[in-house]
Amino acid sequence: MLRDITLGQYYPADSVIHALDPRTKLFGTLLFIISVFSFDGLLGFGVITLFMFGIIYMSKVPLSFMVRGLKAIVILLLIAGALNLFLTPGQPLVSLWKIVITKEGVKNATLMTVRMIYLIMGTSVMTLTTTPNQLTDGLEKSLRPLSKIHVPVHEIAMMMSIALRFIPILIEETDKIMKAQMARGADFESGGLIKKAKNMVPLLVPLFVSAFRRANDLALAMEARCYVGGDGRTKMKPLVYQKRDLGGYAVVVIYFVIVILIKTLL
Amino acid sequence: MSFILDKVSHRYSQGTAYEITALDNVNLKINDGEFIGIIGHTGSGKSTLVQHLNGLLRATEGAIYYNGQDIYDKDYDLRDLRTQVGMVFQYPEHQLFEETVFADVCFGPKNQGLPEKDYTLRAFEALQSVGLPEKYYYASPFELSGGQKRRAAIAGVLAMKPAVLILDEPTAGLDPKGRDEILDLIAETHVHYGNTVILVSHSMEDVAKYVDRIIVMNQGSVMLDGVPRDVFHHYKELEEIGLAAPQVTYLMHEMREAGMDVSTEPTTVEEAKDAILRMLGRK
Repeated sequence: MLRDITLGQYYPADSVIHALDPRTKLFGTLLFIISVFSFDGLLGFGVITLFMFGIIYMSKVPLSFMVRGLKAIVILLLIAGALNLFLTPGQPLVSLWKIVITKEGVKNATLMTVRMIYLIMGTSVMTLTTTPNQLTDGLEKSLRPLSKIHVPVHEIAMMMSIALRFIPILIEETDKIMKAQMARGADFESGGLIKKAKNMVPLLVPLFVSAFRRANDLALAMEARCYVGGDGRTKMKPLVYQKRDLGGYAVVVIYFVIVILIKTLL
Repeated sequence: MSFILDKVSHRYSQGTAYEITALDNVNLKINDGEFIGIIGHTGSGKSTLVQHLNGLLRATEGAIYYNGQDIYDKDYDLRDLRTQVGMVFQYPEHQLFEETVFADVCFGPKNQGLPEKDYTLRAFEALQSVGLPEKYYYASPFELSGGQKRRAAIAGVLAMKPAVLILDEPTAGLDPKGRDEILDLIAETHVHYGNTVILVSHSMEDVAKYVDRIIVMNQGSVMLDGVPRDVFHHYKELEEIGLAAPQVTYLMHEMREAGMDVSTEPTTVEEAKDAILRMLGRK
C-alpha cells in the first residue's frame, strides 16, 4: 500500500555515479541546474540533453525511475505551460476568438516545460544515487565554513538526517495504524471532504502519539550516548575525495563552460 | 468451513529492485471453530499470511474463499468481511485514539452500523471479558499502563464479535504474568463464543498449551500443519529453522533415551506431569 511511495528514494546499484563523493554530486547538480536555466538555442539544448542522458546511463538507474518523479509535477507543468503559451505578448501566430497564441508564447512554453522536466530528472539522478545520510554528510561538510558566522550547520544537518531517517518509519507506522483501524471498520476512502477529514482522526491521533514517543526515545538514547552536538565529533565514515571525484569535477566544469560559451558566443 | 486459500502468493514491491516474496504458494483450509496457532521465525510470512484473511493485503497470485465466496470478487464487500474477521495487530495499543477507553472500544461496533444501545452494550461486555478494572473505562487510554492498554485494545476488537478472531503476537512485550492472562482470556472467549481463533506467535510454549492445530511457516511456505503433538515430533526440523519444541517435549525425549518408560507425547507441563506420575506408578 504505502510501501510503494517513492520519495527521493535511493536506488542501489554499482556505478561510477553511485561511488562519487556526495559533495561532487551536490556541486555537479548545482551547476547542472544553473546550466538548465541559462541555456539558449538548439545547440545548448543538445549539449544538455546529451550530458543528462549520458549521466543517467552511467548511473545504471532505470530511466523509468526518473520519469516516475515527473508524475508529481504533471499538473504544475500543464498550468505553467498553458500560462506561458496563452499569456505571452508578441507576434501572433494563431488567434481563435479571444485566445491568441504568439510565437514568443510557444517558445516560452516549450522552454519552461523542458527546463522543469530536466530540473526534476537531473536532480533525481542525485537523490537516486546518493543515500540520504551521504547527502546530509555532504551538505554538512560543504557548508562547514558557515559555522564561522554562527550558522548551526551541524545541528541543521543532524535535524535533516533525523527527519529523513524517520520518513520511512513514519510511513510504515501510518500503514500499520491504517490497517489496524480498517480492521475495526474505519473507512478512509469514501465520503466528502469534511467526512474524510473526520475519518482521519483515528489515524492521526495514534500517529502523533507514536511520533512523540519515538522522538522522546531518540532524545533519551542520544543523551545516554553523551551526544553534545558537533564540536569534536568524528565520523565513522569520513568523506574523503578519491581520484574519480577529480574527474567528476572536471567533467562538470567542462560541461558548464561549454554551455556558457554556446550561450555567449552564438 | 470458513477459509480456503488456494495457491496464495504475495510479493511486496513487485516489479522494483526491492521485490520480496513474502508468501510462496500457500494452500490452506481453515475450519469453523478451530483454534489455530501459526508459528514461524521473524520474516517467515506469518503476519503477511493473516493480513490476507481479512483483505488488508491482496494476494499477488492465487485466490481466497471465505464461506465459499471469493473475496477478490468485484461484488464482494471487504468491509463486511472485516466485520466478521477481527484482527488484533502486534502492539494493538498503538491504535488507541479516543478520549476515553470506552469510546475507543465502541469504535469497531459503531462502524458495523449498530444502534447506540447495542454497541455500548457490546463495548461494556468486551471490557468486562478482558478484565479491565471498571475505574479505567472512562479514563484516557493514554493514562493506562502497557498491559491495560493492550487489554483495552483487544476489547476494541472483541466488541465486534468477530466470527474469526486473528491475533498477531498478542503477547509481545508483556511480562510472563501478563502473557498468561492475555492467552487465558483468548482461550476463554474461544470456549465461550465458539469462534475460530488464529494465534500468530513465535513461541511454541505459548501456543502448545492452547491451540488444537499448529501451522509452521518457513520462508513464505507452510512447512508443517497438524495437531501439536504431531508437529512437535519434528522437533529437530523445527530447530533447523530457528524454532523449538516446548521444553517438556525435550525432557520427555531425553527421559526416553535414558531408558525410562515414558510417552514422548506430552506438549504441556500438565500432560508431562501426568505422564511422569504414571511412569512412577503413582497413578
